[in-house]
Amino acid sequence: MKFLFDTDTWQEIYSSIRKNKIRTAITIIGVMWGIFLLVVLLGAAKGVENNFNKLFGNFATNSVFVWAQQTSQPFKGFQEGKSLRLKMSDIETIRTEIEGLEFVVPRHQTQALTINKFKSGTFGVFGDYPEFDKVQKRNLVYGRFINDNDIKEKKKVCVIEEEIYKQLFEKDEDPIGQYIKINDINYNVVGMYKEGMVGGGPQGNIHIPFTTFQQVYNMGDSIGWMMITGKPGFDIVQIEADIKLLLKNLHKVHPEDERAFGSFNLGKEIAKVTGFLTGMQFLTWFVGIATLIAGVFAIGNILLITVKERTKEIGIRRAIGAKPWEIKRQIILESVFLTSIAGALGIIFGGLVLMLIDATLGKGEDAALTNPTVDIPVILIAALTLVVLGTLIGLIPAHTAVSIRPIEALREE
Amino acid sequence: MIKIEKLHKSYPIGKDKLHVLKGLDLHIKEGEFVAIMGSSGSGKSTLLNIVGLLDNHDEGNYFLNGQLIENLDETKAAVLRNKFLGFVFQSFNLINYKNALENVALPLYYQGMGRKERNERAMQFLDKVGLKERADHLPSELSGGEKQRVAVARALVTNPKVILADEPTGALDSTTSASVMELLKEINREGMTVFVITHEEDIANETDRIVRLRDGIIISDEKVLKKAIV
Repeated sequence: MKFLFDTDTWQEIYSSIRKNKIRTAITIIGVMWGIFLLVVLLGAAKGVENNFNKLFGNFATNSVFVWAQQTSQPFKGFQEGKSLRLKMSDIETIRTEIEGLEFVVPRHQTQALTINKFKSGTFGVFGDYPEFDKVQKRNLVYGRFINDNDIKEKKKVCVIEEEIYKQLFEKDEDPIGQYIKINDINYNVVGMYKEGMVGGGPQGNIHIPFTTFQQVYNMGDSIGWMMITGKPGFDIVQIEADIKLLLKNLHKVHPEDERAFGSFNLGKEIAKVTGFLTGMQFLTWFVGIATLIAGVFAIGNILLITVKERTKEIGIRRAIGAKPWEIKRQIILESVFLTSIAGALGIIFGGLVLMLIDATLGKGEDAALTNPTVDIPVILIAALTLVVLGTLIGLIPAHTAVSIRPIEALREE
Repeated sequence: MIKIEKLHKSYPIGKDKLHVLKGLDLHIKEGEFVAIMGSSGSGKSTLLNIVGLLDNHDEGNYFLNGQLIENLDETKAAVLRNKFLGFVFQSFNLINYKNALENVALPLYYQGMGRKERNERAMQFLDKVGLKERADHLPSELSGGEKQRVAVARALVTNPKVILADEPTGALDSTTSASVMELLKEINREGMTVFVITHEEDIANETDRIVRLRDGIIISDEKVLKKAIV
């Protein structure tokens, strides 16, 4: 390995590269293109993935929402069209009967006029349990989310979204501890959160304790809808079916009545997207690696041409005492050196293009790509693969170079 | 220095064989200045290639510096070439992207000599052939005679036992030919064995001994009578 640190080795490589500018440039461009494509493709794929993660990131992805509707079939003496309401007791039954549940969170929802001093707006008001923060992560900027004490004492407290803060409060005002009026009842603001992508819209949401909601809006023991999350490893589609069947049983609904309970299975929807993402990643890797291999073959090809061009030079070198392995070593080292430089340039240009993509497509609310990045280990592996393949492919021309007898090489004009 | 006994060499041409050297016996002692003469096809280049370890022989014995040459692989051949032999070619065979000094220093590079020492030594030999001033010129910037002088310096730089010159003046005009021959003579006077291949009578007459080849056989081997010819 000593020769690697020998100035003369590099002097030799430098002079032979400098004297063959065009082929050096072509080789470098070929490989650079390969790794450039890989970087950009992987980065773009990552950007799309990040975008989906941003959209769904605040949700527990294996969740299903269930709400009550009207029956569509008569059953046990009831006419069709019976209105159904979910009850608190349903939650308990579901918790005990169904296996593999992580959270079962009941919610209430309404619209209400909200006033703070001279400012007002109509916002969505939700009655929530503390668990809601776990199912659908609230990104709290100030204060806290609703806690168990609020539930127990039916406190008049609320957690607001940043949008509401912007509409109801002065700039730089501290919302925590202030009172806002929702349907003429004062609530103490205990927390504020930043909006994720899904669910809010520009309108904004206010969360109050579930029990407070029940009392204020006279809900008895009914609930608006519920969010259910499954534990890892449990099939959320199966859970959804089980819960609906259980609910039909509890509410005396025909087992085949498809309209009695509505549901939205987030897990199923996300699985579709992630399936698409997996496919896209596979395609990216496939295209990237294929391009890399093409690049490596280009190096091999060019080196082979080079060796043919330099047959005479190699013959001279051997006549004056170069050993075959010294010739081989130099050609392989040239190959590795060129591929490394090309790889580095490809990574740099790929990075620059990703920065450009990020600056143009990656900004704003509805950006097409979010944080298009490539993991450093992935790049290092790709670069290393390139160098290794470059070495292997360099062996072919190196072998050709020394298999020509010096006498034949010298005869070449 | 060079001892050849019953040397045979043939090349395959299609299914047939072309018998080029048909049992040569030749003994060249240290310090001799020998010319091999012969028309093209006489086998003189083949002989030089075998002597120069650029090609191997089929039959017979070849002793270089007392060492029997047989079963040489390329690596060993390269080491021996570097150590014992210096080549001067008709077409100079300088590496065109290296300047005169680098060309001369190249054999030393393959010997593993350090850069500084190598360049000093190369410069010393360039000085010897009178081209010190042209050290940083590329071959394309040198005249034919100068190129051949660089090639001679390159052949000498490793301090070899034998200089092998294959038509050293073949690509030069008569004036430069004379100066290159003068240089070779000077080297020979300093004790170097010089082995020249040529088909020019007046070049051969500059040497001490002329070996004539025809159809792969030595037809004459005689000392040149100095001055007597003039």
